[in-house]
Amino acid sequence: MNKYVPQPRAPGISYMTAEMKAAIDLSESRIGDMADEATWDMAASLGLSRQITTGEVLTDLADEGRDDIVVCTADLGRPTQVIGFGRKYPDRYFNFGIAERNMIGAAAGLATTGHLPVISNYSFFLALMGVENIRNDICYPGLNVRMIGTHSGIAMGFYGTSHHCNEDIGALRAIAGLTVMAPCDGNAIRAALRATIDVHGPIYFRVGRGRETVVYESPPEWSIGGSNCLREGDDASLGAADILKAEGIALSVVDMYSIRPIDRAPIRRAAKANGFVLSAEEHNITSGFGSAVAEVIAEEGLSCKLHRIGMPDDYSLLGPPTHLYRHYGLDAEGVAARVRKALGK
Amino acid sequence: MSSRAVKNISKQDLREKARMIRLETLRLTDICGSGHYGSTFSMAELVAVLYYQLLHVDPKNAKWPDRDRFTMGKGHAAIGLYPVLADLGFFPTDWLDTYTRFGSPLGDHPDMKKVPGADFSSGSIGHNLSVSVGMALGLKRKKSPGRVVCLMGDGEQAEGQVWEAAISGAHWGLDNLVGIVDINAAGSDGHPQETMKTEPLKAKWEAFGWRTFVLADGHDLDAVSDTLNRALNAPNGRPTCVLAYTVAGKGVSFMEHGWEWHLGFLGPKDLERAYREVMQGEVG
Repeated sequence: MNKYVPQPRAPGISYMTAEMKAAIDLSESRIGDMADEATWDMAASLGLSRQITTGEVLTDLADEGRDDIVVCTADLGRPTQVIGFGRKYPDRYFNFGIAERNMIGAAAGLATTGHLPVISNYSFFLALMGVENIRNDICYPGLNVRMIGTHSGIAMGFYGTSHHCNEDIGALRAIAGLTVMAPCDGNAIRAALRATIDVHGPIYFRVGRGRETVVYESPPEWSIGGSNCLREGDDASLGAADILKAEGIALSVVDMYSIRPIDRAPIRRAAKANGFVLSAEEHNITSGFGSAVAEVIAEEGLSCKLHRIGMPDDYSLLGPPTHLYRHYGLDAEGVAARVRKALGK
Repeated sequence: MSSRAVKNISKQDLREKARMIRLETLRLTDICGSGHYGSTFSMAELVAVLYYQLLHVDPKNAKWPDRDRFTMGKGHAAIGLYPVLADLGFFPTDWLDTYTRFGSPLGDHPDMKKVPGADFSSGSIGHNLSVSVGMALGLKRKKSPGRVVCLMGDGEQAEGQVWEAAISGAHWGLDNLVGIVDINAAGSDGHPQETMKTEPLKAKWEAFGWRTFVLADGHDLDAVSDTLNRALNAPNGRPTCVLAYTVAGKGVSFMEHGWEWHLGFLGPKDLERAYREVMQGEVG
């Protein structure tokens, strides 16, 4: 048999630049003696998930005297960025290994002993694999547990269906007694955790991969059942709204971070002002945020049309996330196109 | 059960197939921009022996009902399986050039609906030994000679579902079922035994009713071949577990051991260095 000869080098995609590398902590990385800017290992890539501020906020809260906070993860302390808490407070950081359902049950047990367990794990393994444990062990007893599902939606792109999570809002907003919220960036996570720390009962926070565009320059106002108007007319820069502004279309954009319970007022306002409401989410349109908006419109008899942007009733194709967002109309241009259509333009 | 046919392939040829797995992993990762080097290099000899010597599969008839099945608990190493399936003729080799590109059938984890020869999808750790139990039950009921091999990771041994599957595999005496644990000592958060101790695995698998073999060096082709062949020729009534102690990143010196190269990417000069080491190395 002939020796295998590798094919010529393929045109690769580089997810790392010298500039990015300069901004991340490489103390655990093994790429020190490597030659290329484009080279990265797992230790280096984790530094890119900068918008997942969970570990930092929890460490701050512990520093401020919150002795009740304990942190749980399932072999994902690094990707979900809670490992920093574990380094500073190792006696109350529990890594269960790859054993999600065990972790959820144990968090419930910890909550019964006067602790505030914060679970941080990939959303698809936490919310989808663990949904029955979440319901029976945490929500039915009404325990004080915070769950942070990361890397939600199709942010994991070419990792495929097992690593996509377009069903967690639907599955979890069906569970009685569970608050479901979606902080969109690092400052939103800071606000979300701090504002709800003394709220009694379980809360699920749905967050991204940590590489998202920054929406909030500082921690915003945050409350259960609240929302934040990001743009009334043209007072903030947001992708789709900017594209449409150039075409003479002024858009109001509301961050409806509280999915359950939902803030009804902005929906009423938009229905009245525009005659249509457009919901956008990185989730299946069936049973997700758009469905929650539809419930409000129907229940209140609002006279308007609802356009739901989200994943169709199918499993995502494989591919780099950027390509997938474009394909499914979840990028700025895709959202702008849906608005034009809604306006009949 | 009677002794199964084994394909005639030399040790040197097996070594070249394992080399191909590593070289293609380097190349496909270069296409993608990201890849699981560590856990793919650790399983290269196991996969080469299975597909080129021991498993009864038919690339021209991928869905042959009496074929052996191969499932991956550690689906993130699929990048090492695709080149083998292409090389055997399950799908055209030029599919490999589309690895993880928009709309490609070949993603970071194997997808049974998209990849001919992939017996089951994977990506959520801990599921596939249960799936394999079901396959083994079904094959037995159909009186098929087919075997089911499930390759798991060592971090995966922390999943409760693995042990539920282990209980049921022994309960139903699934001698057509083989579990392999690729013990490469690398997980997302570090060394799995430090994250969550699952050793002693031999005592555990034996206590759960499985005939258990220890492969002290999962890169030693003679030992891999002998052990997996014995596992596939089980005496009546018991499933077999092979504990394969391997090295994460095996074959590229700067990637060996540790969790850091569980995932990564090599720029052009570093890639050349890795290519050179794999080309010149004599693993196995």
